[in-house]
Formats: sequence, structure tokens, C-alpha cells
Amino acid sequence: MGFLTYLINGLSLGSVYALIALGYTMVYGIAKMLNFAHGDVIMLGAYLVFMCMSSAGMPAVVSIVIAIACCTAIGIIIEKIAYKPLRRATNLAVLITAIGVSYFLQNMALMVFGSNPVSFTSVVSWPGLSLAGGQLKITGNAIVTIITCLIVMFGLMWFVKNTKPGQAMRAVSEDKDAATLMGINVNATISLTFAIGSGLAAIAGALLCSSYPSLNPYTGSMPGIKAFTAAVFGGIGSIPGALIGGLLLGIIEILAKAYISSQLADAIVFAVLIIVLLVKPTGILGKQIKEKV
Amino acid sequence: MKKLNGSTKKLISSIAVILVLYIVMSTMQATGNLSSLMSGLLVPVCAYALVAIGLNLCVGYLGELSLGHAGFMCVGAFTSAFFSKTFQNEIPDVPRFILALVIGTFFAALFGFLIAIPVLRLSGDYLAIVTLAFGEIIKNVINVLYVGRDASGFHFSLKDMMSLNMDFDGVVLVNGAQGITGTPRQSTFTISVLLLILALVVTHNFVNSRTGRAVKAIRDNQIAAETVGLPITKYKLIAFTISAAIAGVGGVLYAHNINSLTATTNNFGYNMSIMILVYVVLGGIGNFSGSVVATVVLTMLPEMLRGLSTYRMLIYSIVLIGLMLFNWAPGILKFREEHGLTTKQLLDKFKKKKEVQ
Repeated sequence: MGFLTYLINGLSLGSVYALIALGYTMVYGIAKMLNFAHGDVIMLGAYLVFMCMSSAGMPAVVSIVIAIACCTAIGIIIEKIAYKPLRRATNLAVLITAIGVSYFLQNMALMVFGSNPVSFTSVVSWPGLSLAGGQLKITGNAIVTIITCLIVMFGLMWFVKNTKPGQAMRAVSEDKDAATLMGINVNATISLTFAIGSGLAAIAGALLCSSYPSLNPYTGSMPGIKAFTAAVFGGIGSIPGALIGGLLLGIIEILAKAYISSQLADAIVFAVLIIVLLVKPTGILGKQIKEKV
Repeated sequence: MKKLNGSTKKLISSIAVILVLYIVMSTMQATGNLSSLMSGLLVPVCAYALVAIGLNLCVGYLGELSLGHAGFMCVGAFTSAFFSKTFQNEIPDVPRFILALVIGTFFAALFGFLIAIPVLRLSGDYLAIVTLAFGEIIKNVINVLYVGRDASGFHFSLKDMMSLNMDFDGVVLVNGAQGITGTPRQSTFTISVLLLILALVVTHNFVNSRTGRAVKAIRDNQIAAETVGLPITKYKLIAFTISAAIAGVGGVLYAHNINSLTATTNNFGYNMSIMILVYVVLGGIGNFSGSVVATVVLTMLPEMLRGLSTYRMLIYSIVLIGLMLFNWAPGILKFREEHGLTTKQLLDKFKKKKEVQ
């Protein structure tokens, strides 16, 4: 039963990684940039939920909706101010700017909320299930996290496949110039991608801190890096890839912590990533792009 | 006298600038005009500048983004500190430090070489993420590594101090997350500056050598370089290994400047790799002297802003974003060109004024 418990915890952590990885993967697919500030948007989302719930006493659902709205706005503002002027600059310039934005968000949070960690109240009040005569306990957090992740994932896949804005996203990620010629507003599409990614970051932040309740201005950076790894793992730019990468990463991390060594867990996760990339250099579901001469 | 070409002239002038700065700083230190914070920063700045030079070789000339150079710095730091501590009482100071330098550089280069073999099969962002992963693995493993030494030799463990199974007289050399304490503090400002100049000369000669030109050809067009028969893997390996070795030298300096050496996210993790990358990009990709300047300015900047206490990192981040937009945004660049505000135009104006006078 121990193994099953670990597996479910891994799935739950992996679902959070997958939600964050979605933000990375969509932005990368469309704007071809690594948005290093994504992890800090998660932290902001978690703080917003915390403020709404603990300070203003609002119900969890309302708090999350407010956090999603605020994070979406923050995502769009960041994109407009920091990334849009650099649209045609080199990738590296955008990367450094994203790092600057990440520092900015962290220090902003440090000033507003202070460096002391706050203890986050879970957004899920349901204690969870107890199966097999109490031997297998599944927390409410884990169930809600996994279900939310699946709903978001399939919703997003449907959105990208079947709606006009979704098709525009796919067109832009395929070829920006051709998309412009077809009458697609590339700038608006990129902003929309950032908006969706940042909104998802708010959900991810709330769910992450429900399971790991200590929240400080640096909470977002490590999960951010890991989720980025997950996105690469599954093949960056691919939505189902983010799901597979995130879940695998979560499961590997929890199992490594449980059975091998809790201190070496991160090293093991990264080692698996390296092995996967060496066998399949574009990630699990990544497209192989042949360079033409 | 043979006429020097442009890049050599530039190298000589930047070395001259470093020497002038060195003299100013040491006089200020000797006369007590330098705050203790600033004088504490002198060696680390040189160490960071060395890592930045190493990374610039990788980013600017190999054309591959590495997010793991803090890992090589970490390898250089820990191997050299381990050596210095182990033989603290057995080898006199000067040869020991030289040996430590050689050992730190060698191991950083070795790790660079070993990592490069698989990593250079990938490219672009995949390469970046794998180097990041390697850096994190190195940091993680060092954090659980315990090494002790007693009469019967060395003992290793990846669990805790107890499982080293040492005799009573055993000394713990590497103590897991506590790292290495009591490394002799031998990195002086003079040595650091000498190594920095040496690194500038070495990289300058390397990029202008036959091998360096081959590396640049591969960066500019790999397929074309392959077509004319350049062994791609060999040259990539050489460049990456040298890049790692220079980062290792930075690590050696860093390790011999502090009493207790630990591997945390901020000094050897991805945060450090990213910080160094910021120096490289702001200093100019492919411009080694630029890396040094950016390192000095950006390391000193937060210290100068210390009076603003909580706002300092906030201002730092805004300056960083502003600088990037100012230097790279196509719209702003066009505006600067139209109004005569590019660096080149400003420099020309300055030169003309001088001529008139």
C-alpha cells in the first residue's frame, strides 16, 4: 500500500508540474522564448489566494477566481512591457529580460509580503478518501489537484483544436509570417497565450501551496525550474507532452524521495531527464525538425 | 614594429584598464579608503569575471547556451579546496596553491569534457536545459558527499558522517551540506587579477587561432563547416572544455577566498549560472573585456545601492530590464539610430570633439 500512496502523491505533485509546464510549453511554442518569470507568477497567484482567503475571509473558489483574473492581467502587462518590444530581438536578449522580470517579481513580493514564510490554508476542505480499510489514504488535495489538472488539460486541448483563437495559436506557432498573411493578429494571439499561461499559473500556485503550505517570495522558482524540465521532458511546445512530462517528473521525484534518498531526489530527476533527452533529443512527444540546407 | 591588429589592440587596452583599476583599488585598500564590503568583493568579482569569460567562450563563440557553468565553478572550487585542506600541513603554501589551481582547473575541464560528449549532441534550448540539469546534479551530489581521512586512508560516504567508519583520529574533510570548512584563504586580489589577465590573453589567442576560427565557422553555419570537412564534434569539445576549465579557475579563486565552502542554490546553483549569463549578455556576447566590465559593474551596483536597503534588488531588476530593452529592442534601437544615440555614434561624436580641441 505504501507504493500506491507514493504513486498518488507523485501524480498529485506531477499534476501541479504539468499545470506549470503548460504555461512554459505554450509560450515557448508560440513566442519561442523561455519565460523564466513564469515560476514567480505562480508565487504571486498563491499569495493572492492567500490574501483573499486568510485576510479577506473569502471562500476558496472566489479567491481562486480573483487570483486567476489578477495573474492573467499581470501576465499580459509583463508581456506588453518587457517582451513585446523584444519580439524580433535574439532569443538570448528575451531570456535575460525574462530573468530580470523574475527578479523584479520576487523582490516586489519580498517588499510587499516580507521574507517570512506564511502558512497557506488549503483551498480544499475535503479530507479525502480512506480506502482498503484505512490502509490507503488519499487526501482531498491530491484528488482535486489531479482532477483539476486533467480538466484543464483536456479543456485546453479542445480549445486549441476547435476554437478560432486556438487555431490562431497553432498557426502562429507554426509560422508567424504566414499567419500574419492569413489575417491573424499575431500580437493579440501571443498576448492571449501569456494570459492563459499566467491564469493557469494562479491555479497551479493555489494547488501547490495547498499540498506544500509554506509560502515565501521564492516558492515559485524551484517548481518553476522543475516544470520547465517537465516541459522539455515531454517535448517542449506540445500540450499532451507537458502532461506526460509533468506526471512522470512528479512520480519519479516522489518515488526517489521515498525509496532512494530524499536529498538526492532532485539529482535523480535531472539524471532521468538527461537520459531521456539523450535517447530522444526532442523530448517524449517532441517533433523532430530536420534542418534544410 | 609590427602593426597590431584591432582585436590585439583592444586586448592590450583592456588589460591596461584592468591594471589601472587594480592599482587604484589596491592603493585605496592599503590606505584604508575602501569599505570592508568593497574589499571583500574584490576577489569574488574576479572569480565571477573568470566564469563569465568562460561562459562567453561557450555562448559567444561556440554559439551554445549553457546554464550549467556554476556547476563547473563548483567542481573547481570543491576539488581545489579539498586538495588544499587535505595537504594543508604537508605542502608549503605557494606550491600547494599552484597545485590546487591546476587540480581545480583540471577537474573542471574533465567534467566539462565528460558532460560535453553527450550534451553536444543536442542543440539550442535542449542543450541549455541539460547543462542546467548537470549543474544541479553536481550541486546536489556535493551536498550529500562526506569524505573523511584517517590513518588508513580516505573514506567516502553519500549518507552521513557516521557511515564513514573512521578511526578516532579521523578528520572529516567534506561534511555534506556543511561543505568544506577551513580552506586556507590564499586568493589575494593580486593573484586574481593576474589570473583574470591570463584568461583574457588565453581566450583572445584561442578565438584567433586556427582552432578558434574553426569553432566560429561551426557556430556560423554548422552544415557548411561540416561540408568543408571540419570535425565538428572535436572542435565543439575543445571549446566547451576550455570554457569549463576557465570557469573552474574562477571556482578555485572563489573557494580560497572564503572560510566555509558550501554548495547552495545561490552560489553554485542555477541562480549563479543565470547571474553569470546576465553578465555575459550585458557585457556583449563574444566580447571578453565586456564580460569583465559587466561583472564589475553589476556586482558593485547592488552594493552601491545598499543605502536604499529593501529597494536595491528591485532597482537592480528594473535597471536590468531597462538595459536589455535599451540595447536590444528593435524599436528602441531604430529610435536611437535616428536621433544619433547609438554607442558608436556617441563615441564618434566624442572623438570629433577631441580632435577639434
